[in-house]
Amino acid sequence: MKLKSLLVGLGLMAGVSLAHAEEPFKVGFVYVGPIGDLGWSYEHDRGREEMQKYFGDKVKTTFVENVAEGADAQRVITQLAKAGNQVIFTTSFGFMNPTVKVAKRFPNVVFEHATGYKRAKNLGTYTLRTYEGRYVSGVTAGLLTKTNTIGYIGAFPIPEVIRDIDATYMGAKSVNPDVKLKIVWANTWYDPGKETDAANALMDQGVDVLIQHTDSPAPLIAAQKRGIRAIGQASDMSKFAPKAHVFSVRDNWAPYYIKTVQQVMDGTWKSQDFWGGLHDDMLQLTSINPNLPADVRAKIDATYQGVKSGTIQPFKGPITDNTGKIVVPAGHTLTDKELAKVNWYVDGITDKVPN
Amino acid sequence: MMRIQARTEPSSLMKVASPLIAIVCTLLFGCILFSALNKNPFEALHVLLIAPLSDMYNVGEMLVKMGPLLLCAVGLSLCYRANMWNIGAEGQLLAGALGGSVVALTFIDSESVFVLPCALLAGIVSGMLWAAIPTFLKLRFNSNLILTTIMFNYIGLYLLIWAVNGPLRDPDGYGFPESALFSEAATLPTLFDGSRIHLGILFAILSAFIGWFVLTKTHLGFQIRVFGADEPAAKYAGFNSKKLSWFVMLFSGALAGLAGVSEVTGPIGQLVPNVSPGYGYSAIIVAYLGRLHPLGAIVAAIFLAVLYMGGDLAQIQMGIPVAVVGMFQGVLLFFLLACDFFIRNRLIFNKQATH
Repeated sequence: MKLKSLLVGLGLMAGVSLAHAEEPFKVGFVYVGPIGDLGWSYEHDRGREEMQKYFGDKVKTTFVENVAEGADAQRVITQLAKAGNQVIFTTSFGFMNPTVKVAKRFPNVVFEHATGYKRAKNLGTYTLRTYEGRYVSGVTAGLLTKTNTIGYIGAFPIPEVIRDIDATYMGAKSVNPDVKLKIVWANTWYDPGKETDAANALMDQGVDVLIQHTDSPAPLIAAQKRGIRAIGQASDMSKFAPKAHVFSVRDNWAPYYIKTVQQVMDGTWKSQDFWGGLHDDMLQLTSINPNLPADVRAKIDATYQGVKSGTIQPFKGPITDNTGKIVVPAGHTLTDKELAKVNWYVDGITDKVPN
Repeated sequence: MMRIQARTEPSSLMKVASPLIAIVCTLLFGCILFSALNKNPFEALHVLLIAPLSDMYNVGEMLVKMGPLLLCAVGLSLCYRANMWNIGAEGQLLAGALGGSVVALTFIDSESVFVLPCALLAGIVSGMLWAAIPTFLKLRFNSNLILTTIMFNYIGLYLLIWAVNGPLRDPDGYGFPESALFSEAATLPTLFDGSRIHLGILFAILSAFIGWFVLTKTHLGFQIRVFGADEPAAKYAGFNSKKLSWFVMLFSGALAGLAGVSEVTGPIGQLVPNVSPGYGYSAIIVAYLGRLHPLGAIVAAIFLAVLYMGGDLAQIQMGIPVAVVGMFQGVLLFFLLACDFFIRNRLIFNKQATH
């Protein structure tokens, strides 16, 4: 009897330690939209899935979608931390202050916040060099436009969008000195109705190539209806408007999620401000339209390679803003810290940054 | 065959049985739904309905979620009793958040103990103002209150978005649409360490008792009840319908405004574009679930808060998609309202159809 219970006890202990050894590394994700938004949250979730596939049973991922950027965010992040997640990715700007608050309470959990600017010992930030893809888009639009007018649907007048507008214009101007850029602010990240209105307003002003900083495919659909070209944002949007679609600049978060989780597992993770771009494949040009003229196609490929290899640096001086002030002196290229504060339009954009 | 017949007297049996039948129906539906998704139905129901109350942290968070729902619902209960169809609690809440934020941000460097009371007062007054305009339009021009209050929800929302993108934007916030974090002096004190339970929740519970007292113990409340039950009788008795309308609308606006300012000075701690995930609309459900009784609203608000939190937990703990959670919540509310129908109506089975 005694022996038996001892055996059972040993067995239990073995079971427990086995279970402990096999306990997967838990990683949590918080999304602002539903994973079916086909844009921002959708791509983060694809990154999660790929990371899960890469690690297999070693990692268990959990996500919460459609989390409002108000009082609820802090609760959801806390609950993920309480549920034993060792890394938590919060993937929208509005989660910044809630993430900061929760990170303080859980010093042993690693937090990663996308697109924010507040960091702590256990809180890092990550974002994309979307201006790189935007420069390629600008070159393409500059070549394709017949009216010499390209349109840009802005989301919010934050540095990321302002510098992408600059990069777009500089790209377009490098191949087409007469090009004009029209900007309409949708004041939303995702609202098909408002984005359609913005697209129509731009087309009414003679725009014949559309670039969007918002996440729904609505502007592409509007462009196809009126027979003009448009470039997709965040995910591959070719299927929504195959004729209008030039290419999409896709966000590819998987490499970062794999790298970060590996670092935390290995104990080598450090809080930093990470910027991914074309060179590490975190931005991709997808579904380039096969019906583009051969010379345009060749220029797209050359520009892509140039930005990717670093021979083309969009924010290399000298750059003058549209009030005549030198904002990047000759011989200087904007650092990430400076890029994070861009609040001027380059010379040639006949518009004012909204205040 | 079957037909529906109005009861001469509301059934007192059904009054008690209706919520129980609804809960049984929902549980059965939940079992089928979660089994079909290959999830353990008992675990799912536990996570959705019981886990939100399982530990002190979750209870605290439930109360944080309940606060704004209850404040709005108490006001709406009085409005609906008086046949004032105020759908505008959402806009009144946002107006309160905006008004309170203006005060909190104007005195952001002040450590005075008067900052918080002033901010709360500003929130209350802003909510009242937002309710007063549609009330005036109705009483003066006989406009449709349902339509005007809905319109004022949108006006309130866009006013808030404008403010947070413009004059109230954090000057050091890199242009992101958020205000600066409020100072300690403009933040509602929390009641327990490590929890987000704040003073606003006491306001909410207090408001329910005030609402109950007004409705059942005062002459004004008597008039409101008579007015709701039999409008011609109330007019015949010489009750001043204008005075009553003003009272319930301003009371409701004040409470919704308090809810809004309590969110920004409480758990959020700054003005953000997403102050409310639709509390003002959910409060309509709370008011009806609480049978338009201020104390019933307490139970209903707790119930809805649990349901919303359970939705997040179901995603975290069981990976149930948010769409399924929404479906379960919708079905639960459907059964509750459907069963209530049989308090005043009944099914008749008659045999006349046989010949």
